[in-house]
Parts: sequence; C-alpha cells; structure tokens
Amino acid sequence: MTLLLEAKGLDLKFGAIAALDDVALDVTAGEVVAIVGESGSGKTTLLRVLAGQMAPDAGAVHYLGRDVLGMTEAERRRLMRMDWGFVHQNPRDGLRMGVSAGGNVGERLMALGARHYGNIRDEAKAWLQRVEIDAGRIDDLPRHFSGGMQQRLQIARTLVTRPKLVFMDEPTGGLDVSVQARLLDLIRALVRELGLSVLIVTHDIAAARLLADRILVMRRGQVVEQGLTDRVLDDPQHPYTQLLVSSVLAA
Amino acid sequence: MTEAGYNFAYLDEATKRMIRRAILKAVAIPGHQIPFGAREMPLPYGWGTGGIQVTASILGPNDVLKVIDQGADDTTNAVSIRRFFTRVAGIATTEVTGEASIIQTRHRIPEKPLTENQILVYQVPQPEPLFRLEPHRAETRRLHALADYGLMHVRLYEDIARLGHIAKAYDYPVMVNERYLMSPSPIPAFDNPKMHQMAALQLFGAGREKRIYAVPPYTPVRSLDFEDHPFRPIRAPHACAICGSTTSYLDELVTDDAGGRAFICSDTDYCQERQQAPKAAAE
Repeated sequence: MTLLLEAKGLDLKFGAIAALDDVALDVTAGEVVAIVGESGSGKTTLLRVLAGQMAPDAGAVHYLGRDVLGMTEAERRRLMRMDWGFVHQNPRDGLRMGVSAGGNVGERLMALGARHYGNIRDEAKAWLQRVEIDAGRIDDLPRHFSGGMQQRLQIARTLVTRPKLVFMDEPTGGLDVSVQARLLDLIRALVRELGLSVLIVTHDIAAARLLADRILVMRRGQVVEQGLTDRVLDDPQHPYTQLLVSSVLAA
Repeated sequence: MTEAGYNFAYLDEATKRMIRRAILKAVAIPGHQIPFGAREMPLPYGWGTGGIQVTASILGPNDVLKVIDQGADDTTNAVSIRRFFTRVAGIATTEVTGEASIIQTRHRIPEKPLTENQILVYQVPQPEPLFRLEPHRAETRRLHALADYGLMHVRLYEDIARLGHIAKAYDYPVMVNERYLMSPSPIPAFDNPKMHQMAALQLFGAGREKRIYAVPPYTPVRSLDFEDHPFRPIRAPHACAICGSTTSYLDELVTDDAGGRAFICSDTDYCQERQQAPKAAAE
C-alpha cells in the first residue's frame, strides 16, 4: 500500500483557540478516511490545511513524498487540477452557477488541455449519466437544478479528471435524508469503481459508517480517537466518542 | 504650427517617460498587461484616452500620423485626434496607410499589410480578456501568472453548446507567444490573423483601465478555438459596392427606408486606393 497523504504535528491557532493541536494523519491509496466531530472541532480547518489552502503554524503535509505546504502556488494548483479534487459542502462554492452543466464538467478537462469540443461534450454527458442526471439537461444552468442534483454535478465535475485523492467537506450537508442516502450510495459506488482515496469531513456518524474504512474523531483541535470505522463506532474508547456515538438518533 | 503653452505632443516629458517605461516593459513581455498612471486627457474615457497617451509618448517631430476609427479616416474620432496632434505636436498627418509611421486605430487593422517601419496603436476599452468570466482582478492576475486559461475555453464551450458556433465576432481572445491570453481590443475576429507575425510593432493603450500591453514584431498570435470548431475569421459574403473588393472587411449600410442596404469597405483608405488604381492604369 502506498502512502498517499501524510501529515504530522499540525498546529494552528485562531487567536487563543487551538483549531489544530498536534494533529497527525495518513491516507493510503484506495482508502476512505472520515473525520468526524462536532461543529468547531477543527474538521474543516484540518481539511483546508491538508489541501494546502491554509498554512498551519507548525507541522508538515506530504503528498506522495512532496511537501504540500512548501509548494509554489503554480505547483499546488497543478496538483489540485490533476491529482486532487475538492467537493465543497455548498455546491455553489464548487460550481460555476452561470455556466451550463456541461461546461462545469468540462472545465477541468479544458484546464488540462482538452481542445476537442465533441470529446469534451461526450465525456460530460457520460459523467452526468454516471451521477444520475439526465444527459438532456447538459445545457441547463446549475441554478435550475435541485440541491441534490447540484451536489451530484459538483461530484461529476470533480471526478471527471479521475483524481487520485478527493477532499469532501460535508458533501451531504443541507440535503434531506432520502437525497442524502442516494448521494451516499452514489459516492460509495464511484469510490469503489474508480479506486479513489477520499478524505471526508462529516458530522454525520451514519454517513461515516457507510463510506469510511477508517475514522478520526476530533475534538477541540485534537484527534481523540482513531481506528477502523466499525471498531471506533461499535467499541468507542474515548468518553467523547462514546458521547458522540450514543447521541446518534435511531429512526 | 504647435499651440503655444503646450509641451510637444501635449504630455509633459516626465509623463511620457513613465509611459515609455511601461511600453518597454510591455514589449519585453508580449501580451502582458502593464499598469501605468493614465492622465486626464482632453477627451472622455472611451474615446481613445489610452491610445492617445501611447501615441503622444512615442511621437517624434518627423512622424507621420494616421488615425482610423472603425477603419475610416473621416469620422469624428479620427478627425479630432488627428487635429489634436497637429495642434499640439505640429506633425504631419496622412490618410494613406503606406505613408504613415504611426497609426492609431479604434477597432480595425488596416487591410494593407504593415511594415517594420510602422507602429500600430490600439485604443482599448477593456484590456482584461477574462473580464466577465472572473470578477476579481486579483484572481485574473493570478490566472495570467499561472497561465491558467481553462476559463476562457469554458466561455467558448458555452457559445458552441448554446448557439452551435463561437459567437464572439469581435474582441476575440488570442494567445500571444503561446504564453499570455490577450484581448486584441474590439477589432473584428476577421482582423485577428493579421496580428500573427505582423511586421509592425503593436501597442495597446487602455486609458480608463490604466493598462498598456504590446505585441512585438513577428510574434505568434493565435486565436483560441477547438479542434473540431476551428477559428473562423468572419466576413460578410459580399463584394464592396464601391471598389468591388471581395477580400476586405465590409460595413453594412442602410441606404433607404425600404430595406435597401449596401456593403462597403470598412477601411476607407484601402477602398480609395482600389478606386484610383484602375484609373491610374488607364491613363
């Protein structure tokens, strides 16, 4: 198993608040890692630091042995375009709302140098179908899509270049449960099919259980517990994890 | 004779020096927008304040100036700018493309190929080709720095998806020297191929936006396109009603209230030359 992403000793303070306190994390190829914790526990901050979008006060992040934090912006953007993907919680942050669905999916291809309109369009159609959007809506604007469709479009747009590592920030946030379930199903299928590595941030324990191989529990900027998903959720060791697991509502 | 009380070519020498430095930088980095301190000029923004400042800075007493507006030498803008420089610099002006050493232009490139001894100065309303695609200037500068131009192709993709072809007929984006994406100013797409490997120096001045950029002589300039939707220089499929040219860029004129129309050369000097040529041959 190759080590894809490796982070050590990450520290970040927002004033007096420690958002990250000596956080370490590994992601191996083909693995889905979930970061769970309550709001304000530093999950999203960790994701942003790992993706190189924010500099920590201390610590190091390596992607395939390359120092992510020491990269020039050009190198980081190239990585972001070719090897990585980022799925935002709010699809509006990840999509171009004034550009058609096809254009949204094609943008990453064109940024990588695709210059054949027909091929770009075929690829976009294939991806829309893959994420269960009617290919006939390829020329519609995302603002005319429902929230769940927008999120699926964002996933198609991110995965079209077949990234190795995808960062997902609360991908099911703000969707109703039936739509969430379909989206989780879709993500699970795509992850297995494409052999993606995913780092997913969520406060939804059920989503983590469904998707993740491994779980990290964060609280006040610290990783309080980590391990295989079933182990952590069925036999939580840390009092906070116990609280978190027992707080999940059973329908 | 020059107007008393004005420095040669209106601008003071310190300002010209500043603009010349911007021009030199622009020539050194083809297609890259250089900021400069644009001055108030005695004409409104949008009438060529950028072009006029560039022209004023490169003008010498022996230069011969031609000014065209949409290809025509005899429209208000062209006449006023020519008269302006006659008054403040006392230089000679011409309407003949071949005789001019500096040609200031609004929205056209002359039909007659330019030479190494000529400079073409464009008036530019909006120097940023990514304008309307990316609202933040800081971000467009970053995109230029990283040569990250996927966004422009998204725009062209959208055109084809909605209309079946690339709808941009003027201000058609170009890659200069395979590095910088550049707005060619609102010249018709028909003129884009003329920029490629042009013998003359091309300078672009945007007064309101305070940017200068340049294409040095013999620089590759490529219009963006898709492999299966290649760039097409669009021209009205007619012959000029006056000179009969089938290769020049045409303007459409409404001639009466009954729907009558005529197509004539947009480049008035080119048209005139073609009208005189048969006569000269006959004499």
